[in-house]
Amino acid sequence: MARRKSPLFLAPASYRQRRLRDAARLLPVFGLALVLLPMAWTADGRLSLTSGHVAYFFGAWIVLIVVAALFAPGLQGGEGQDGAED
Amino acid sequence: MTFNLLVAACLMYVIFLFGVAFIVEHRAHHGRLGWLRSPLVYTLSLSIYCTAWTFYGAVGYAARSGLEFLTIYFGPTLVFVGWWLLLRKLVRIGRQYRVTSIADLLSSRYGKSNSIGVIVTVIAVVAATPYIALQLQSVVLSFGVFADIGVVGAPPLGAGGVAILVAVGLAFFTILFGTRNLDVKEQHHGIVTAIAVEAAVKLVALVSVGLFVVWGIADGLPDILARIDASGFAAAPVEPGRWTGLIFLSAAAVITLPRMFQVMVVENDDERHLGSASWAFPLYLMAMSLFIVPIAVVGLDRMPVGSNPDMFVLTLPLAEGQDALAMLAFLGGFSSATSMVIVEALALATMISNHVVIPLWLRLRPTETQHEDLRGVVLTARRLAIVAVLSLGYGYYRYSGGSAALASIGLVAFLGVAQVLPAMIGGLFWRGSTRVGAILGLATGFSVWAFTSFLPSFGPGAFLSQAVFDDGLFGLSWLRPRALFGVEATDPLLHAVVWSLALNVIAFVAGSLLSFPGPVERLQGAAFVHVFGGDTGPQGWARGQVEPEALLTMVQRILGEEAALSLFEGAARAQGKGGFLPDPTPAFLATVEAQLSGTVGAATAHAMISQLLGRATVSVEDLMAVASEAAQIMEYSAKLEAREAELTRTAGALREANEKLQQLSTQKDAFLSQISHELRTPMTSIRAFSEILTEGDLPPELVTKYGQIIHDEAKRLTRLLDDLLDLSVLENGTVQLNLELSSLQQMLDTALIAARQTRPERSFVLHRDSVSEALFLRTDADRLTQVFINLVSNARKYCDADQPELRISVRQRGGKVTIDFVDNGSGIPKQAQALIFEKFARLTDANRAGGAGLGLAICREIMANLGGSIAYLPGQGGAAFRVTLPLRLGKLAA
Repeated sequence: MARRKSPLFLAPASYRQRRLRDAARLLPVFGLALVLLPMAWTADGRLSLTSGHVAYFFGAWIVLIVVAALFAPGLQGGEGQDGAED
Repeated sequence: MTFNLLVAACLMYVIFLFGVAFIVEHRAHHGRLGWLRSPLVYTLSLSIYCTAWTFYGAVGYAARSGLEFLTIYFGPTLVFVGWWLLLRKLVRIGRQYRVTSIADLLSSRYGKSNSIGVIVTVIAVVAATPYIALQLQSVVLSFGVFADIGVVGAPPLGAGGVAILVAVGLAFFTILFGTRNLDVKEQHHGIVTAIAVEAAVKLVALVSVGLFVVWGIADGLPDILARIDASGFAAAPVEPGRWTGLIFLSAAAVITLPRMFQVMVVENDDERHLGSASWAFPLYLMAMSLFIVPIAVVGLDRMPVGSNPDMFVLTLPLAEGQDALAMLAFLGGFSSATSMVIVEALALATMISNHVVIPLWLRLRPTETQHEDLRGVVLTARRLAIVAVLSLGYGYYRYSGGSAALASIGLVAFLGVAQVLPAMIGGLFWRGSTRVGAILGLATGFSVWAFTSFLPSFGPGAFLSQAVFDDGLFGLSWLRPRALFGVEATDPLLHAVVWSLALNVIAFVAGSLLSFPGPVERLQGAAFVHVFGGDTGPQGWARGQVEPEALLTMVQRILGEEAALSLFEGAARAQGKGGFLPDPTPAFLATVEAQLSGTVGAATAHAMISQLLGRATVSVEDLMAVASEAAQIMEYSAKLEAREAELTRTAGALREANEKLQQLSTQKDAFLSQISHELRTPMTSIRAFSEILTEGDLPPELVTKYGQIIHDEAKRLTRLLDDLLDLSVLENGTVQLNLELSSLQQMLDTALIAARQTRPERSFVLHRDSVSEALFLRTDADRLTQVFINLVSNARKYCDADQPELRISVRQRGGKVTIDFVDNGSGIPKQAQALIFEKFARLTDANRAGGAGLGLAICREIMANLGGSIAYLPGQGGAAFRVTLPLRLGKLAA
């Protein structure tokens, strides 16, 4: 992560990093929602798939990969304490 | 294209893979891995998730069940983009505790219990066998495709022949690169790189076929999308329940499959690679599945009705006359199958040898193996296990006759290994999970899986009779494999997933809640759950009464002499001691255990050390440290402790310095009194005899005799003074070294001849290795020879064996040469080992052969001047000295 000028009270860099970790934890949940979403559109509990579905699933997949790629450098940089952090 | 060309291409490809693995192993051996340890190689090696089942089978899957094949990729994608939640912890624990397999992880977490290791090993082997058979089948099928279409030259071998050839070849490759040596981290760079190459090949192959299909056969993307909507594909329905269940199943499998665990955790070189893989691996999966649907749709369009959609990847290019492309696709499928089998066999073999064979071996032969080198046993066990695993796979393939039953076995195997998931996740995140709970959960899950999924997969009549299918086990209608407890499910797989995992979790949680964990378990639990906390260490050893020498002997059996000695030497140096025997502090014992567990697994390593210590070794303080309240207090006082530790260290350093000064002072006094004594003894006799001589009138023969005595004593005095002078010159470092290139062998020869004068009546059996001695050293040959003469003479003087033997072994390592002199006498008692290099130190007066006890002191000083050292090697079965010196001594150092 980019290091700004040294902060006065709160450490924005580490605060940002903790939020990034929260986001990283939520990412699989978000992903699961994405790949389960089309199941909610079914009328009778069964879903017939069309080319639109193919496009949707690959689009969702790309979104997940891009977001994970954006998160990865920030997460890798921050080693250290986990657990009880706010 | 001829069949022979295909076989030739296959062989060339295999030779190429051997070459890659060989070169990488060679580089790894010399520590030059460089870019080979990059995130790219790590990510590519993860792709053994995509086996032949996904390479060929995904198209067939898509042709039969529409988009459902995507679930197999969505699960791993979710696990990897969510790496911060689970995988990070898994990899950290794996690296920190040198976990060798998934069985080792669970056994280590649940109090280093070997029974858990055995259960997980059994589950893994049972689930993997059909899966390996599936890979063999896919290779046979793909050969068959070429044999059916455009055959030029009939296939020389039947299907069984191809399968057995492939199985033997894979066993050979795995044994060659998987069991070359025992690495403490259990890593195999050669295999991993070969796997990465295969990953690239299969991706390129599938994408090439896909591009050809989309732009070569169809008219680009819009045409493909239109074909999708037009095809019967649209009619393939997806059930939400099955869809969710499959995503969950594949997510579980990617964590628990033994081969995935091997490449993801065990072979991980750097935790940061995981971050890159978190998006790169899903990207790989997406690229692999991008063209599955087009290939399936076009294949259904183009190929004759009734052709096997599993083989579209091969048959489409062949039907279009694209032989080269078909060959590439064939190699892609071949890569998928071989890489999976290699890593799976390796992972299973590690588990079998560490959790089944070695514990049995140690139990059956507890005493005979005290001094045996266990490494040979471990490696042999691994090799046999690899052969056994592949034979099982092959046997299964023959038994099932390559039937269609194999096709569905992929998901069945996934569910089998997924039974490990509750115990694993519980172990990583819940401190309350216990060994009893884990055993109950694993056993329940495994049985339910076997009954509802694995055994029925063979069809009625194979293992379960039709009656069991219809009326339930023992005629109990609620024990029907496809409708457990009367719950009729439309989808047998989903039925098995829900029941096996639900009962597994219930048994695991109930067992954990109701049982009481042992101390080791609680410590391990805290260490695993709080692996990022950094405060609670792993289970510690109380300061034991173990003899370091016995410990060294044991470690040598497993790590080998060189590795063990350097480990002990390093630890001794870290404790501020010289030599090879550090104090058996808890920290040192923990290090030793970690090293051992990297080779034989946590449970065995723990058992071996406890055996040596002779008791369970958890102290009250250790237990206090785990109790959570204590842990919290410790966290607050961590800073205080750190400061206190620093103060203690400083005080320790001061105390040591003071002791050293006092020692020096005593030494000086002792030296003065010794030297007066040594000078005085010959002086006295010289004086006495010269007095007698001055009195005159003695018979001439007495005069000669007394004169001789006086002469001898004077010579002794001179020699003593020479030695002293020599020593003082050496100690002051003002000695002139005569550096030149000289042959080590020649120096040793000279030394052996010169030392023959010492006790010439004894005949020694010499063990030398002239090949390793053929070294040229740049050093002072005369001085070094002097050291050798001294060591050999000492052996001649003091070795008390009836059949004295002397072994001289030379090793060269990284610009350093070590020469060991080991005899078969009773060695030097431990309390004396620290003394022998001091001046005037003589162990016994009985063998006093004219030396003043300065020999080894001079040797030590000479070696210091030659930029090397001399040390006593404990635990070699006799007196053993190691001389270490640089291969080329620079001018400056002199």
